[in-house]
Amino acid sequence: MQIPLILQFVNLLASLLLLVVFAMLAQRRILSLINLFAWQGGILALSTFVVAYSTAQHHLYYSAGLTLILKVLLLPWLLHRLIRKLNVRWDVETLINIPTTMLVGIGLVIFSFNLAAPISQLSEGITRGLIGIALASVLLSLLMMLTRRKAVSQVVAFLSLENSLFFAATSATQGMPLVVEFGIALDVLVATFIFGIFFFQIRETFESLDITNMEKLKDD
Amino acid sequence: MRNPEQIFAILFQLTQLLLVVLAAPLLTGWVNQCQAWLQNRSGAGVLQPYRVLHKLFHKDALIADNASWLFRITPYIVFGCMWLAAAIIPIIAVDLPFSRAADVIALVGVFALARMFIALAAMDIGTSFGSMGARREMLVSFLAEPALLMVLFTSSLISHSTQLTHIVETFAHYKFILYPSLAFASVAFVMILLAENARIPVDNPSTHLELTMIHEAMILEYSARHLALIEWAASLKLFAYISIGIALFLPHGIIGVGNWAGLPLAVGLLLGKLMLAGAGLALLEAMMAKMRIFRAPEFLGTAFLLAVLGLLIHFLLGA
Amino acid sequence: MIDLQLLALLATPLTGGIVLAVFGSRSWAAELNSLMSGCTFVASVLLTIAVIDSGPQVAFKEQFFIDQFNVFLVALTAFVAFTTSLFSRPYMRIEQHHGKLSTSMLHLYYSMYQLFTFAMLVALTTNNMGIIWVAMEAATLTTVLLVSLYRTPASLEAAWKYFILCGVGIALALFGTILLYFAAERVLGDGGTALLWTHLNEVKGSLEPTVLKLAFVFLLVGYGTKIGLVPLHSWLPDAHAEGPTPVSAVLSGLLLNVALCAVMRSKVLVDGSLGNHFAGNLMMGFGLLSVVVAALFLSRQKDIKRMFAYSSIEHMGLITFAFGMGGQVATFAALLHMTMHSLTKSAIFFTVGHAVQKMGTQQMDRIRGLMHVSPTVGWGLMLGTFAILGMPPFGVFASEFLIITTAMHDYPWTTPILVAALGIAFAAIFGRVQPMVFGETSAKSLPHPPALIPVFIHLLLVLILGLYMPDYLAGWYRQAAALLG
Repeated sequence: MQIPLILQFVNLLASLLLLVVFAMLAQRRILSLINLFAWQGGILALSTFVVAYSTAQHHLYYSAGLTLILKVLLLPWLLHRLIRKLNVRWDVETLINIPTTMLVGIGLVIFSFNLAAPISQLSEGITRGLIGIALASVLLSLLMMLTRRKAVSQVVAFLSLENSLFFAATSATQGMPLVVEFGIALDVLVATFIFGIFFFQIRETFESLDITNMEKLKDD
Repeated sequence: MRNPEQIFAILFQLTQLLLVVLAAPLLTGWVNQCQAWLQNRSGAGVLQPYRVLHKLFHKDALIADNASWLFRITPYIVFGCMWLAAAIIPIIAVDLPFSRAADVIALVGVFALARMFIALAAMDIGTSFGSMGARREMLVSFLAEPALLMVLFTSSLISHSTQLTHIVETFAHYKFILYPSLAFASVAFVMILLAENARIPVDNPSTHLELTMIHEAMILEYSARHLALIEWAASLKLFAYISIGIALFLPHGIIGVGNWAGLPLAVGLLLGKLMLAGAGLALLEAMMAKMRIFRAPEFLGTAFLLAVLGLLIHFLLGA
Repeated sequence: MIDLQLLALLATPLTGGIVLAVFGSRSWAAELNSLMSGCTFVASVLLTIAVIDSGPQVAFKEQFFIDQFNVFLVALTAFVAFTTSLFSRPYMRIEQHHGKLSTSMLHLYYSMYQLFTFAMLVALTTNNMGIIWVAMEAATLTTVLLVSLYRTPASLEAAWKYFILCGVGIALALFGTILLYFAAERVLGDGGTALLWTHLNEVKGSLEPTVLKLAFVFLLVGYGTKIGLVPLHSWLPDAHAEGPTPVSAVLSGLLLNVALCAVMRSKVLVDGSLGNHFAGNLMMGFGLLSVVVAALFLSRQKDIKRMFAYSSIEHMGLITFAFGMGGQVATFAALLHMTMHSLTKSAIFFTVGHAVQKMGTQQMDRIRGLMHVSPTVGWGLMLGTFAILGMPPFGVFASEFLIITTAMHDYPWTTPILVAALGIAFAAIFGRVQPMVFGETSAKSLPHPPALIPVFIHLLLVLILGLYMPDYLAGWYRQAAALLG
């Protein structure tokens, strides 16, 4: 029952990660959303670092560093810049009201914990439950993606989804091969750049970043 | 009394009874003083609540013509409930005669009883403010209570008991373990504490602005000794809540019965914790702005969410 | 050793992408694009010959793995990519002439086209389940840029939907991959080998079934989004309708196959671990649902490219269903159908592209009398439609026939559903195409000649394969089917 302090710390970070996703889900302001995303990245980097330290896997230090640079510094900075350039500091509008979203969120957490329960029992004590938390964060990010109306917040949701997956990869399974992690990080970076290009194009064409404008393509 | 052990226990219990009822206004005074400092005022001193109580007890009570017995009896019941609640929470020592009898769910029940009476009394005299306050109070408590229960369940699950004494003992004697679930629960608890004690983001105890007040609206018709009792009860409630917080999340330093030698240290530690908690409360209030009443459900919903998350995480991580 | 061929296969499109990123706005960029695609095709042929000669093998420190299954897809991909590049040269010039595209857009197009080919080939040849994911994501990113090439509101909307939906889908696939690694790590230990498919394949029996089950659900849903399986298909018609026609052709003809290849790789592992038909049942369910829903949606389409996009969903559903049934014959039929569908559907998109250019609209109501405007385009569309609908002399008939007879044998209850869906699809498509080809029109024939040689090459191949399948080809398919079980 008694697990090493350092892994308790990972557990704590995992819980914090879940909390941050919930906070993002409840967040109304776009700037705070980006700041929360940076926090999420920070927690992720820290947990990767702790796992690297406790399992003495050197390549995880690189992942932790990569996460720190990419997700705590570079991407939030890029998003902030985008927001400034596009001059969109408005409140985030959600499709469903926030308390309902929260309730659905709790439902999702219960669902994913249930789903992950048999897996948690498999792993030998150390990181049991982390898969469940990662899955819950993934589903919550998906929920955020569905309930947000603005392109920017959808992208933050997408990045948060990526963060949750990264958490699953680094903490729950103690690190995928570095080459894979590197590829994933690269894809995320490129994706963000493309998103950025898209923002400008969408705003130029639709004169707004509200994706409810984009409802022309439908099967009638 | 056959057994010196039992005598000690009763003595301890009496000490605590006396201590809480006397110290509660001091805590309120301390919080107000901290707030004053934070607002760059010199403040009225930590003893101000005693002066207010003294003043109120020496006044003639005025009661509305249409008030029934319910209105008169309520201050005593509320005061009694809060005193009982504060007395059964193990703050200095475990194994007290009273705290054996009461567990956390009963504690919530005691709070609910007091709330029900005060809300009924507020509606009894039939003023619009009273009814409005009662309605709002019920809204807040209806949301806060399940959250509080969730917090208590989380700690009960960890310690396998709903006995507050037992919970405290378990936590106080464990080696240091990081409980993510307890971290969530503690944040939720602070939010509930703010809401239940009519503190700032939900209510403002120092204003009488009709649009926003909740607690004050209910007690507008009270005067003199009735008001004194209700104010005192409010202090006791704050004291009780902070004690629950300490008992659940910072129980270290609590002593067993009969440990006279440890008593000074335990009291000192408790005093330190209370001062810290009071200062923290003042700081929290200073940092936050009062929110619109319609946002209160969201605030409490968040508390509930955190508490539920704590519970779920306990189930998943076993910690 | 196949290192050299593989290197040529992968390096050519990568170099092409980089070179075209620099020189993409030159007048000879289109020719260079075709040349690079041609070289890629040659490399793929060399690789195929090597693999047929010496059997499955790994290359580059086991990071790449070529067997009969993926080499067949590599050859198909390289071939269709080559013919599409041939088609796109005149096609894109005409688009530029019409003022729909600027030089800088073409620049982006050529560069992304090569990188897209590269990403697909990496996804097909890699041995690392993680790299498959990375390559699929890269393919998504490049095609997003291709779909939004015209910069019209509709194309931006389509690209955005595509990006978001596939982003979500592919993220789920990553979660599946992580779960797979989670299971593999316990058997193979930490480090690089735990995601290598060949290693996983060796120990698949001892992988934890509960984890693999969950992993496969995520992988199927994730990559299934890219295959265009219902209910995660809604990006596909939009992307096909709003992107440039050559892109529609490669999306339909190739990318969907690549995603399916990733699913099949996972299915082999899951089957080995679970020892039951769980993965197959899931795939059959999704496949059947896709066939039915796509068939029902077909008749409601007004846009010609959307209609053929739904037809792609239908066919991918059918292939998924066939793979799901499992067994030698069904898998053989699925592989055959994959080939036929790729060739036919890209041919159809080529002709549709020209038809749309001639008529200036994608609305089927306003496309009439193609036969009158340009007999080549008219015949191309008519024959292509015949082929995709599974009319007898064409190869699609053979594969569909095989799939349905296997279904009749193994899962009789699915047969009426499949036949009904195929019937509805037939009526819907044929009813639409017939007036477009033979109807009356006032449109004049346009000055530019259609570049439809690739169309007829594709259709000819489909026809030949329908009439006669060379032994070595059949043997090759059989080996691949045996690998997939």
